[in-house]
Amino acid sequence: MMFRTLLIGATLALSPLAALAAGGEGGHIHNVRFSFDGPFGTYDQNQLQRGLQIYTEVCAGCHGLKFVPLRTLSDEGGPGIPEDQVRAYASELAVLDEGANMHLYDAAEGELRALTPNDNFPANDSLGAPDLSLMAKARAGFHGPYGLGINQFLKGIGGPEYIVGILTGYTGEEKVEAGVTLYENTAFPGGWIGMAAPLYGEDVEFADGHSNELHHEAEDVAAFLMWAAEPKLAARKQAGLTGVVFLAILSVLLYLTNKRLWAPVKGKEVL
Amino acid sequence: MRDVHYGWLIRYLHANTASFFFIFVYLHIARGLYYGSYRSPRVLLWSIGVIILILMIVTAFLGYVLPYGQMSLWGATVITNLMSAIPWIGQDIVEFLWGGFSVNNATLNRFFSLHYLLPFILAALVCVHLIALHEHGSSNPLGVSGNTDRLPFHPYFTFKDLVTVFLFLLVLGVMVFYAPNYLGHSDNYIPANPMQTPASIVPEWYLLPFYAILRSIPNKLLGVVAMLASLLILLAMPIVDTSRVRGSQFRPLMRWAFWLFVADFFVLMYIGSQHVEEPFITVGALATAFYFSWFLIVVPVIGIVENTLLDIATEPKS
Repeated sequence: MMFRTLLIGATLALSPLAALAAGGEGGHIHNVRFSFDGPFGTYDQNQLQRGLQIYTEVCAGCHGLKFVPLRTLSDEGGPGIPEDQVRAYASELAVLDEGANMHLYDAAEGELRALTPNDNFPANDSLGAPDLSLMAKARAGFHGPYGLGINQFLKGIGGPEYIVGILTGYTGEEKVEAGVTLYENTAFPGGWIGMAAPLYGEDVEFADGHSNELHHEAEDVAAFLMWAAEPKLAARKQAGLTGVVFLAILSVLLYLTNKRLWAPVKGKEVL
Repeated sequence: MRDVHYGWLIRYLHANTASFFFIFVYLHIARGLYYGSYRSPRVLLWSIGVIILILMIVTAFLGYVLPYGQMSLWGATVITNLMSAIPWIGQDIVEFLWGGFSVNNATLNRFFSLHYLLPFILAALVCVHLIALHEHGSSNPLGVSGNTDRLPFHPYFTFKDLVTVFLFLLVLGVMVFYAPNYLGHSDNYIPANPMQTPASIVPEWYLLPFYAILRSIPNKLLGVVAMLASLLILLAMPIVDTSRVRGSQFRPLMRWAFWLFVADFFVLMYIGSQHVEEPFITVGALATAFYFSWFLIVVPVIGIVENTLLDIATEPKS
């Protein structure tokens, strides 16, 4: 009986009715196999480094990453860049939007000081592009079937997939509406997006000679943004394994103990 | 999340445990409805339970506002604006709640204070719930007195419950560690922006049925009244249950009715999550109508029918 209760509880817990919403036209997102999928998946260090390069050379022109501390680039489970390289990277990082980064203002010099690893990535509001710090968690690629959200449990929420979808979803069509140029995109809800295609393929040269085709670049930068949004993913899954195994063993032991404890009572003739 | 050691664990545990709290409370309420735990002499116990449910919902709502993402901001805007449905003084009450002219920092401050204050009241109410329980003791699935067949709480029920507790922790662990954002809405990772409304404003899953009822009524004041009534109507169960038999175990018609009610609850939950468009509007209105008629018509009528059938069956043949 109790087991049945628990089953119902578990089913309810996994019932996906929470995660629904904003479906709509446009919005064709395909599942992408990422190294961090699944209960044992972790980030691919090389991929994160390539993603960082794409972000720095392309995305950072318009988008900030203001919640991500530069020092975390050397964290375990992340891009794992050595500290001295992070220091060099930080000092060379250009702050493109002075107004959004006034915390860096050095009154004596009358200008913004250079970044250090203790700073966050600079914010960038110059063109009104959204900050990317949490983007990979702030978009859901999957909603179905029928808005039930079960796919989110099977494939993941789909944030990085959504980013890949946007970056590879340009059809090349554009239109001007109320003085704003909109670009047709198969992944964007509504089908027309304000951002011009940022990547065309072969936009960056990777030091390790990795392919810089469009879909590889899109996946790399999506993986990097997933790390930016969820930097402790590896630690979380590691802790989860210990926790879940422990709890599973204890649950079985407790169940057996309970069965033993109740055995004399359950066998009893009632009146 | 980023700078506190194990901040991710605290945040994810806090958010997911709230969901699990509701899963268990809904199961608990469903159990109470099925086995007739609301019937005399445990009316006080049931009533305190309903108050606990309402306070829980308030606490959960206040907490959901605090991360201050898009869904927090707009959820808070929608729900606090419910007060504006009160005639004459509604708008003043809303601004009093906000501490300003929109949801703002002052709102966050007071919501934070209340979000940690209310759980203490909740804990006190749980104590009162237990005291009220001990007045007459637990009911049981058979709905007959079990005084001849009792067992000590410890070790029998402590261990029995521990199994449940550990299985709960196990499932919670799977969610927290492997799908921590599954029960939440991705829009809440977009920082609150008063200049932009999200594509849809939906509450957490556990409030969706009541949200669906709110949206099913095409009149603001009546919608708010209906939503409140959908919770308070639980208080009417001891009155509307006309059956002479406690619980649904030996009442075939009532068993059907109970599961229909559960299904209706899930239908409402689904409707609450969808955009306000056909066919969801019609289905939502029907589901809302069924929700209320279950309490006001189905339960009393089934009771009377079953009582009558019982009378006919047991009437001594003359």
